[in-house]
Amino acid sequence: MINNRAIFFALLISYFIYTVYIFVDGTDSLPGMVAHNEESKHGQELFQKYNCIACHQFYGLGGHMGPDLTNAMSYRGGNVGELIARAFLANGGNGMPNYNLSEDEISSLIAYLKFVDKTGTYPPKVYDMTWYGMIYQEDDPDWPSEDTE
Amino acid sequence: MIGLKFMKLGIISLAIGMFFGVIGGFQFLFPEFLKELLFTKTRALHVSMVVSWIFLVAIGGIYYYLPRYTVNKLYSTKLATWHYWLFLLTGITVIASYLSGKFGGREYFAFPPILSIPIFISWIFFGFNFFKSMSLNLKPWPVYYWQWATGIVYFFLTYTEAHLYLIPYFRENMVREIIVQWKSYGALTGSWNMLVYGTALFIATKIGGNEKTASSKMAFSLYFLGLFNLIFGWAHHTYLVPSDTWLRTFAYFVSMTELYIFGKIIWDWRASLSQYEINRHNLAYRFLFSADIWVFLNLGLALIISVPFFNFYTHGTHVIVAHAMGSTIGINTMILLASIFYVIGNFKHVELTDKQKKAVSHGLKLANVSLAVFLIALIIAGVGKGVFYTGEPYQVIIYNIRPFLMTFTLAGVTLMIGIWAILWFAFKSLSQEIAKNHESQEINEAVNIKS
Repeated sequence: MINNRAIFFALLISYFIYTVYIFVDGTDSLPGMVAHNEESKHGQELFQKYNCIACHQFYGLGGHMGPDLTNAMSYRGGNVGELIARAFLANGGNGMPNYNLSEDEISSLIAYLKFVDKTGTYPPKVYDMTWYGMIYQEDDPDWPSEDTE
Repeated sequence: MIGLKFMKLGIISLAIGMFFGVIGGFQFLFPEFLKELLFTKTRALHVSMVVSWIFLVAIGGIYYYLPRYTVNKLYSTKLATWHYWLFLLTGITVIASYLSGKFGGREYFAFPPILSIPIFISWIFFGFNFFKSMSLNLKPWPVYYWQWATGIVYFFLTYTEAHLYLIPYFRENMVREIIVQWKSYGALTGSWNMLVYGTALFIATKIGGNEKTASSKMAFSLYFLGLFNLIFGWAHHTYLVPSDTWLRTFAYFVSMTELYIFGKIIWDWRASLSQYEINRHNLAYRFLFSADIWVFLNLGLALIISVPFFNFYTHGTHVIVAHAMGSTIGINTMILLASIFYVIGNFKHVELTDKQKKAVSHGLKLANVSLAVFLIALIIAGVGKGVFYTGEPYQVIIYNIRPFLMTFTLAGVTLMIGIWAILWFAFKSLSQEIAKNHESQEINEAVNIKS
């Protein structure tokens, strides 16, 4: 009979191996990512400082008071997204508080949102679905590129 | 008595946490409502306090049950008292940090990360005390002790993972950052579920008087399946995050293994109905039976949203909120209330009157009906947002689903009233028992001195 303790420790070891593997391999080589510069890093700090995640989401994680911001910068193309975001950040409105942010703070937050925007599309616009319901999307690292098709 | 003190603190935490939840619900509908207390604060207060309720009552139960049913005494009551005061002081500091607008800004853990240090320390106290106490118990462990031990170990691991964002390697890669969050939060929820489900099995075994069930192969196979899902199932939250597809396909497969648990619940349904007939006057059993129904419904919803096709339309919508609320209120809260009333049922000095029991039953009925309306409204709102969204501005979508959000908020008010009614009698009984115990302790000490 298999010992319960042996199963427990086998699962604990697989937890560690799986965790390390995911952090090293599963999330590293994504196409389209841009570097996180000093300004966008400052924007990330501000995003956390004002607890923006209570109302907004990234990739569906966060609150529902305001819109998901993953692709807020590319909303409707051009710089429409940026203009809308700047207006909200400067004045608040529609449930968004006015935090009296400085111009520098607004620019940092915009830089952060631009950084996030380049990491992928949420929800995916170009995707394939298998017969068993699995979805593959164009931002996946193993999505076949045009060259290989 | 330390277990009862944890439970009392948990009750206070839930009562206030639900109140902030209701305020947040109204702020969602009317952004000008209590504008001074921003939604960013009320949501954080609500989430932290209701999550604390889960931990406090689960921990309180373990501190209460261990010396009475497992070993003659807790390894260290002093360490448990330290744990209590550290938890309480940290909790007060967390609340103060929210009210003063000082955030760490993470989903679920919105407090500054420095406050996680006392939480880690208090957890080490708890884990050390638990394993040291259990080392005195030489018999093979029934499954509920395994679940408690698993909950303690994996909370420590997953809570550590949730803080990896403090390292630039994680923080500066957006996809890794999101995946780490989903991974740690998904597994962390699984770890507290282990504490809660262990408590449910413990009470069910004691009420049923059949210890063999908790040591059966079936009990252990379900436990290991749950642990397997805790470790590997979280990635169903990341179906729409760009990452290696094998990772998501694997999570899809792992999530579907829960169909086995789902089938088992249906299979056992008749038996649990006849058990209900036998135990219908037992308050703890009534809460457990409610939790059973919510497990069935919530697992059904979880299985549906774990299919990537359905997840595509529901992820990031109120359907996921419904799933989270169904788990924390319908399952966790009902089990923890069962634990409290099981403890109350065993008190030496205090007994609930028939009138009080009736009031608790009415509270339970109101809570269950309200929760059903609450969840249906959330699911409809979520489907409305996810399926019928065609690119309109966000406020237009919210406007379209507003009637359901209003229903959800009003159901939240009646849910709070129902739960408050239950909590009131539970709090009163716990306080009276603690006071009576102090009295008898003082009398004993006086007698000892005299003799």
